Amino acid sequence: MSVNIKVIGEGCDRCDTLFNNTIEAVAELQLDAEIEKIENLIEIVKLGVLSAPSLMVDGKLLVSGQVASTEKIIKLLKKYQ
Amino acid sequence: MNTVKSIWFFFQDQILGMQWLKALITNLLTAIGVDSTSALGGSLCFFIYDVIKIFILLSVLIFSISYIQSFFPPERTKKILGRFHGIGANTLAALLGTVTPFCSCSSIPLFIGFTSAGLPLGVTFSFLISSPLVDLGSLVLLTSVFGGKIAVVYVVVGLILAVLGGSLIEHLHLENEVEEFIRSAGRVDINMPELTVADRLDYAKEQLLSTVQKVAPYIFIGVGIGALIHNFIPQTIVEQLLGADKWYSVPLATLIGVPMYADIFGTIPVAESLFAKGAGLGTILSFMMGVTALSLPSMIMLRKAVKPKLLAIFIAVVTVGIMLIGFFFNFAFSF
Repeated sequence: MSVNIKVIGEGCDRCDTLFNNTIEAVAELQLDAEIEKIENLIEIVKLGVLSAPSLMVDGKLLVSGQVASTEKIIKLLKKYQ
Repeated sequence: MNTVKSIWFFFQDQILGMQWLKALITNLLTAIGVDSTSALGGSLCFFIYDVIKIFILLSVLIFSISYIQSFFPPERTKKILGRFHGIGANTLAALLGTVTPFCSCSSIPLFIGFTSAGLPLGVTFSFLISSPLVDLGSLVLLTSVFGGKIAVVYVVVGLILAVLGGSLIEHLHLENEVEEFIRSAGRVDINMPELTVADRLDYAKEQLLSTVQKVAPYIFIGVGIGALIHNFIPQTIVEQLLGADKWYSVPLATLIGVPMYADIFGTIPVAESLFAKGAGLGTILSFMMGVTALSLPSMIMLRKAVKPKLLAIFIAVVTVGIMLIGFFFNFAFSF
């Protein structure tokens, strides 16, 4: 089963950093994942998220309003392996 | 009582105000042959002292405030506010505005989120006014520069402005002036990630680094301007233009401050030196509030979410409110 990962945030530098860290973490874990970048405001609000950047995995918010480091994302994603 | 008083003054002047640092820098400059009583030397002294002081305070502040803020993400603020009504909701929104992490880049999602969750428009605006205007950081920094009394006064009138401004907008019933797509977004509540103490410390550290990076240019510019005013602008000119007894000083300061975009941390040094040169207290407050509460970039962002009429009313309400505060303080403190 492929994991759905959403990196949420409207075009700020910190969102790009979180997105890149997520890609690195997924590559490191060799996780079967689909990574989406959600930048549309309405979509963001429909997900119930108000702080950028945030990271959502299979509908669960794991990181809120923070750039998590690659190491931290690896830790968070381990249980989805 | 006197002991308590002297402990407080020591805290205010030496810990927050860092007067020892000023003395140290003056001595160092004198030692290398710079006369700190000259205009140039005085500017240099002010610049070095203020930059070091602000960066130290900023770092300690952002770190501790971010730790507190990690308990109040906007998603949670939204949920809390949803349970209150009337002026109580406005007051709470203004208070939560001071502890909710907020950068202008997230003001629109926040506005949309609040509105689509069914929060009254006035409550959302109370939050939007108070959030950039008043926070724990400005309270501490203002205490350091102007003393505790003025700092508390600033925070209190800022909160009053947020509550009254929001309530006024509420009473004008402008719900139709919110862009269509926002009202149809629907309400979603989300579970926030559980945070451990280590997570919160991590969050605080990241906030500290990104905030310092973001506001550093404003601080250098702000302190630079402050240093110039401090030593090169004659007192008589400042008194003529911005003195408390000049009725036009408040509108002037507000109209200069409103379009400007700067952080409160960059604004305070400018206000500090204007105040030292004889500008009125109300005038200074108007200037600081104008700079922090309203700015061109945030207005452009907000325009995406609200129609021009509501945006214009919002700007007008806040501008008039800021001027009233200025007039009040110039009047009240001149006796």
